[in-house]
Amino acid sequence: MTGRVAGQVDASPPGAAGRAASRALVARYSTLAALVMLILFNVAYTNHFVSVQTLNVNLTQVATIVIVGVGMTLVIATAGIDLSVGSLMAIAGALAPIIFLGKVVPIGEVHVAVAAAMILSVAVAGALGWFNGWLITRFSIQPIIATLVLFIAGRGIAQVMTNGNLQPFKLDAFQWIGLGRWLGIPAQVVVMAAMVAAAAWTLRRSLFGRQILAVGGNERAARLSGVPVARVKHWVYGISGLCSGIAGLVVIAINSSSDANLVGLGMELDAIAAVAVGGTLLSGGRATIVGTLIGALFIQLVRYTLLANGIPDDVSKLVKAALIVAAVWLQGQGRG
Amino acid sequence: MTLSAIPASAPAPLLSMRAIGKAFAGVTALDGASLEVAQGEVHALIGENGAGKSTMIKILTGYLARDAGEIAFEGAPFEARSPQDAQAKGISTIYQEINLVPFRSVTENICMGRESRRYGLLNWPAMHAQARALLARFKIDIDVRQPLNRFNTATQQMVAIARAIGFKAKLVIMDEPTSSLDEAEVEVLFDVIRQLKRAGVSVIFVSHKLDELYAVCDRVTIMRDGKTVKTAQLGGITKLELVASMLGRALSQVAKSATAFGDRHGRIGEPVLTATHLKAARKVHDVSFAVRRGEIAGFAGLLGAGRTETARMVFGADRMHSGSLTFDGVALAPRQPLDAIRRGIGFSSEDRKLEGIIPDMSVSENLTLALMPQLARAGILDEARQRAVVEKFIARLGIKCSGPEQRIRELSGGNQQKVLLARWLAMNPKLLILDEPTRGIDVGAKAEIQGLIKELADQGLAVLMISSELEEVLEGSDRIFVLREGRSVAELSHDEASEDAVMAVMAHGAAVEAARMPE
Amino acid sequence: MRQASLIAVLARQGVLIALVLLILFGWLRYDNFLGPFNISTVLRYNSMFALVALGMCFVIMTGGIDLSVGGTAALGSVVAALFSPYGTLAGTVGGVAAGLCVGAANGFVIVRLRILPFITTLAAMLAASGAALLLAGDQSVSVSYESGFTDLGQGDVLGIPIPAVIAAAAYVVGSIVLNLTSTGRTVLAIGGNEDASRLMGLPVDRVKFLVYVASGGLSGLAGVVLASQFGAGQPVEGVGWELFAIASVVVGGTVLTGGIGSVGATLAGVLLLGLIFNVLNFENGLGWISLSAYWQSVIRGIFLLFVVILQSRLTLRDEAT
Repeated sequence: MTGRVAGQVDASPPGAAGRAASRALVARYSTLAALVMLILFNVAYTNHFVSVQTLNVNLTQVATIVIVGVGMTLVIATAGIDLSVGSLMAIAGALAPIIFLGKVVPIGEVHVAVAAAMILSVAVAGALGWFNGWLITRFSIQPIIATLVLFIAGRGIAQVMTNGNLQPFKLDAFQWIGLGRWLGIPAQVVVMAAMVAAAAWTLRRSLFGRQILAVGGNERAARLSGVPVARVKHWVYGISGLCSGIAGLVVIAINSSSDANLVGLGMELDAIAAVAVGGTLLSGGRATIVGTLIGALFIQLVRYTLLANGIPDDVSKLVKAALIVAAVWLQGQGRG
Repeated sequence: MTLSAIPASAPAPLLSMRAIGKAFAGVTALDGASLEVAQGEVHALIGENGAGKSTMIKILTGYLARDAGEIAFEGAPFEARSPQDAQAKGISTIYQEINLVPFRSVTENICMGRESRRYGLLNWPAMHAQARALLARFKIDIDVRQPLNRFNTATQQMVAIARAIGFKAKLVIMDEPTSSLDEAEVEVLFDVIRQLKRAGVSVIFVSHKLDELYAVCDRVTIMRDGKTVKTAQLGGITKLELVASMLGRALSQVAKSATAFGDRHGRIGEPVLTATHLKAARKVHDVSFAVRRGEIAGFAGLLGAGRTETARMVFGADRMHSGSLTFDGVALAPRQPLDAIRRGIGFSSEDRKLEGIIPDMSVSENLTLALMPQLARAGILDEARQRAVVEKFIARLGIKCSGPEQRIRELSGGNQQKVLLARWLAMNPKLLILDEPTRGIDVGAKAEIQGLIKELADQGLAVLMISSELEEVLEGSDRIFVLREGRSVAELSHDEASEDAVMAVMAHGAAVEAARMPE
Repeated sequence: MRQASLIAVLARQGVLIALVLLILFGWLRYDNFLGPFNISTVLRYNSMFALVALGMCFVIMTGGIDLSVGGTAALGSVVAALFSPYGTLAGTVGGVAAGLCVGAANGFVIVRLRILPFITTLAAMLAASGAALLLAGDQSVSVSYESGFTDLGQGDVLGIPIPAVIAAAAYVVGSIVLNLTSTGRTVLAIGGNEDASRLMGLPVDRVKFLVYVASGGLSGLAGVVLASQFGAGQPVEGVGWELFAIASVVVGGTVLTGGIGSVGATLAGVLLLGLIFNVLNFENGLGWISLSAYWQSVIRGIFLLFVVILQSRLTLRDEAT
């Protein structure tokens, strides 16, 4: 068709490699450095900052974003994007109470009901994620459009399921995931930490992780080398769905109620922001799960710092926006 | 640095670049390079990759700023701040990849940037007429309202040239203009260049293909290591002398043979792959061939003959419509590359940037890309085994890198190609398909890779080699299959094949005396 | 994509056909569907989305994306409301100016700092809605009724709602720009092959900057219409507008990778998606089925899915021939 692109020799001059490496180093650790500086600032200037309570509050706020962020990082690593996370949270959040409150099928034993509710809701979210993967691979639809479908329709499905009504409940067997503690640490933080550890390890040491990075790095080369590209994509979107499901459960557990109109609203932005600020490239091929954690913490801490020092929440939105741009710009500089 | 013998009474040159210097991050790209082009001259610019040709061009056209030296154009000091600026001042460039906008009409591609207007709005009828008139000069008559990508590469190139003329270019730079053209199209291009010459437009012709230079250029400037080594009339210098200057070797050292294949020593065994009447959706209509153990089978043919498409079908990268494949005696019908890989086939694509390397990954990760599943136990990668494999191949193929963890995009083209070769060798394949294995690689690395391929074949590997360099196919193959317009039309053994025989088949498609038709 | 323009043509006809079919369906099934009140209401309400979609269409044609349109509209509505006591013109200028500022910021970051449009406009969305909340003091800002500002949104001219006239004018201008000015052709060239456009000497940076400014301005204008239609500047409004706009543009046949597009088809896409809401209301009114308003997003989503799959099959089949 339009002229073939001949392979080009693309050696960068030696010496430039060294400089590029140090710039990359700076970029990679810039967010961490900023986080540390911000913590120090707070230790110095904010009252009561150094306390278990502050730590808990901040980690709790961040937990759901990071849980979703783990899935989002993997998706972005394949050069994709998942806009449906918020809606999938809403669906899981709407489905769980329907099951454990016995609205469709009454289940006698509370623990069985809760288990069924949790497993099924997360599974449904995962299945819908898998559906995203299917759209993307079967029809070669761009991820932003494919996940747009569920973004638009997903919340509607949740609203239809509940007719837009609030589902309040009080059920310790379920709410431990939002309100419980383990050795003093909030349950969702433990869940978050476990997921971060598992995902980070997978990305670095497992075959699947390497395949994810290959697909994002150069999909055509990966396919020609026998990497099962379609399967990898199905899985990452499925995992992203599972993460959204879990996050949805956490949110409704914390609130003791499920509002299909609100659960997960805006979560896609928060998750993408955390991933970008954390250093994962939006173009795929390079990802860091721990970076997403740091990115989310950093954004949260900025908000906390502003609030604690009397600055209204609306301003923090502006600051968050500026931060995202600055962080991504720095990453771009490091890439050389 | 010697300028060619232009008589003292000759008019001042159109372009004069003297003592140009340029460095990037401490690395010198140009060191006192020079170039001089006369009015109405077709001037060739050659040199190995890394010699500095593209840097010179980029400086001339305003892409880069020079560190030292002077440029004079039409007798006055010249400075282009951007390609747009250079274009406005009369220097246009035709790039290797057609750098026009595919979805836009031919007219737009010709006229954008100097549109005709009526009452402040674009005057389409006038622009269409202009475009038609410009193309008519090259005897091209097409519907200029159609999107550019409706037309083949050769026509698109003419559109690019028409654009240059429309912009009243006085100097047209052509960067590897024939890389995507077949013989007939090349002739048309040369005609156009001669027309430009007659109209007083000068051309700088950058090319790897030495034969073409003799056909259409007047003088040649040879660059090496950022300097201008020689400038001469093409009538007074031989190809060997050109190559010697490019490589910096004495004439006697330049090998008689253009390639490093040399004599073959291995034994050729049974057929590993047999293909019968292959047909794909596009481009491949009826191709039959066989590759035997220890044999290098070459695919010769013009662009568009369907060689790459055939290879991709065998590998499962493209869908096969009909026909049959037998591999090691068993039927083969791959629906994805993984199927072919599992049977023992490897495939190195013609465009390593697009389909070969994963730029952000390390040498080690790229090398083990196909091998990965075998390096994993219960889904976990065995790092020790990975390292062992990588180090073995780095040593065996002589891959120059700072270590297995270096990012592959920092390596030179030749070394990247070696990594890709290692990717497949690590799989211990029975058949290796190589599509343009030495494209875009400098002469030294080229010889290394050709030598490697020969060694592998000697050791029993079956190789299917596709190359657009006829010499490479002729000297390297034990058996040559000539493809033409999607059909295999001749099968020639190494001894039967001569340049003339093969080219005759490629051109006419008829069986030549020494050629045998496959069943 | 050899037949890309053919697909665009087909898709464009597809949208029009679907639109006509939907209108026919509504006319046959419901009373008053084509009555003046309903037409007027539908046009008036959807003109805001039409304005936003127009800006989005231009941005997408350059291969970019603008996620900030909703937030910018909210900001525009607040600023317009704040300025409304000084007259309709003041309110309009204020709202549009606010939008232009956001657009300029987007353009600057994308062109100068070379940050991906996705991230940049995402951040801008946050910033704009934050700014809107700040200016509004976290609540709706009532518009001044004395100045006649509400006439803009609620009034008619020759029986046609003024917002619809504004939107129509915008589309006419947009179409002229796209087809008959070099800026418009450059927009398409950038989306087709940005590097080539640069090498051809086209003012790529300037035009890219302009499309984001234009998108911002149009969103600001949509905010003005919003404020004057509903009598208040609403800082929390605008959520989901960007996705509605993207959906309209895609349904209209514009390709997300850029380079091909049509202003008219985008308008058809907006009307189509908007009419779905309308039809739902009527259906509910008939009492045959009782579909809550929540179904509209489900149906819109399914519709988008259908269109997108169709588009992709046309592309795939085409590449196979």
